[in-house]
Amino acid sequence: MTNRLAIQINASDNVVTLVDEAQAGDHVRFITSDGPQELPVLDDVPFGHKVAVREIAAGERIVKYHEAIGRASRAIRPGEHVHVHNVESAVQGGAK
Amino acid sequence: MKVNAYLRPDGRIGVRNHVVVLPAVLCANEIARRIADAVEGAVALPHAGGCTCGEDVARTERVMAGLGSHPNVAGALVLGLGCENCDSEKVAREIAERCPSKPLERLVIQEVGVSRAIREGTAILEKMVRKASGEKRAEVDLAGLTLALECGGSDATSGLAANPALGVAVDRLIAEGGSAMFSETTEAIGTAHLLARRAASGQVAERIVQTIDRAEGRMVPLLAPGEHFLTSGNVAGGLTTLEEKSLGCICKTGSAPITEVVEYGVRPRAKGLVLVDGTGFDVPSMTGMVAAGAQVVAFTTGKGSPVGYPIAPVVKITGNPGTYERLEEIIDVNAATITRGEKDVREVGEEIFREVVAVCGGKPTRSETFGFHDFSIATLAGAYAGV
Repeated sequence: MTNRLAIQINASDNVVTLVDEAQAGDHVRFITSDGPQELPVLDDVPFGHKVAVREIAAGERIVKYHEAIGRASRAIRPGEHVHVHNVESAVQGGAK
Repeated sequence: MKVNAYLRPDGRIGVRNHVVVLPAVLCANEIARRIADAVEGAVALPHAGGCTCGEDVARTERVMAGLGSHPNVAGALVLGLGCENCDSEKVAREIAERCPSKPLERLVIQEVGVSRAIREGTAILEKMVRKASGEKRAEVDLAGLTLALECGGSDATSGLAANPALGVAVDRLIAEGGSAMFSETTEAIGTAHLLARRAASGQVAERIVQTIDRAEGRMVPLLAPGEHFLTSGNVAGGLTTLEEKSLGCICKTGSAPITEVVEYGVRPRAKGLVLVDGTGFDVPSMTGMVAAGAQVVAFTTGKGSPVGYPIAPVVKITGNPGTYERLEEIIDVNAATITRGEKDVREVGEEIFREVVAVCGGKPTRSETFGFHDFSIATLAGAYAGV
């Protein structure tokens, strides 16, 4: 099992950002105020991309920086890659 | 909490004690430099404005008055050429009104001649530096500090490590009664609705939205066909929405309410977190905030920007491990420990806060050790500014 490093910027965030490249089956490791946490990744995820750390329902806010960066366009499982294929922007022209 | 700083007669606190030459126009820059270079401890603030048009003239005058009356400045020489649009007499008057006891002189090159301006300017500055060197630091309340927030040479680590950690430091400073300013309006495009929710009042919320909309309106005609604020390169790099991209910059403001929105270089009335309408370019953006009263700058960089500022210390922070290794000589706080998984954002935020307080107490920053004095004033008309 390979550990891949990610950053959770705020404890309320439901995504972490990889500072590594991960393949499906790898574990992401990130530091929280309660110590390090680990989670298996379900997809191949490139450097700088996001992974869900909790169950996110369709229509629910994607939270990074303790703020909504968009909404889930479908249900997202923990460990899933979070990007333009499953997120919608609230800003007109803000991609997808 | 206390900091060792200069208490000024107007009640403001200075963290440095500079003597400055303020040229009123581009054409006076060389003589301003010549005068400042002749006097150890003096610095010139050369810029490209002064014969601009419309709002840009008022902006230049406002910025010069803001810098001349700044609490980090112990004495100021306003240097006019004579025929410029910028009214150097008005600038000097405003400085005198705000700081009646501050040493202040004005020379006009076309009235006294070049050699005499250099000779007299040098003598004036020598006297100001002598007086300034007798001033002593004292224990003052940290609540008088305003921290300007800036980023430059950003990369993916800026939004992931350095900026979030700076946001923690800002929350800490504001909890101590201090203030902070941010000014990269063009980089806030896409977050107007999020920032408006953080406004201290409905009126401030309205100003935030108007200010960001105005910046977007000015920028859109400058974009190439098909060009967008969120680029395909951004998306390939992992940024999913424009909100996410903008928040990577804005998160360095922390989570405090936004108490006021002011124009470029205008002193706010409120304490706390203030939006100073400015630019995405780091050096002129710092000028907008320092002229508005910020005494110290926290500057995050991914790729490694060396910039300093002539009258305010610049605390440089990077979250990029490679940049820290290669350019450690210009970095004051290493936030790459977050990127390496060694520390969390809160721990590094505390390190930034402690470094800012130490620097305000007199510890030189890396860019001060190098003597970097980057300076510029943002104009709206840019290359079309001259009349």
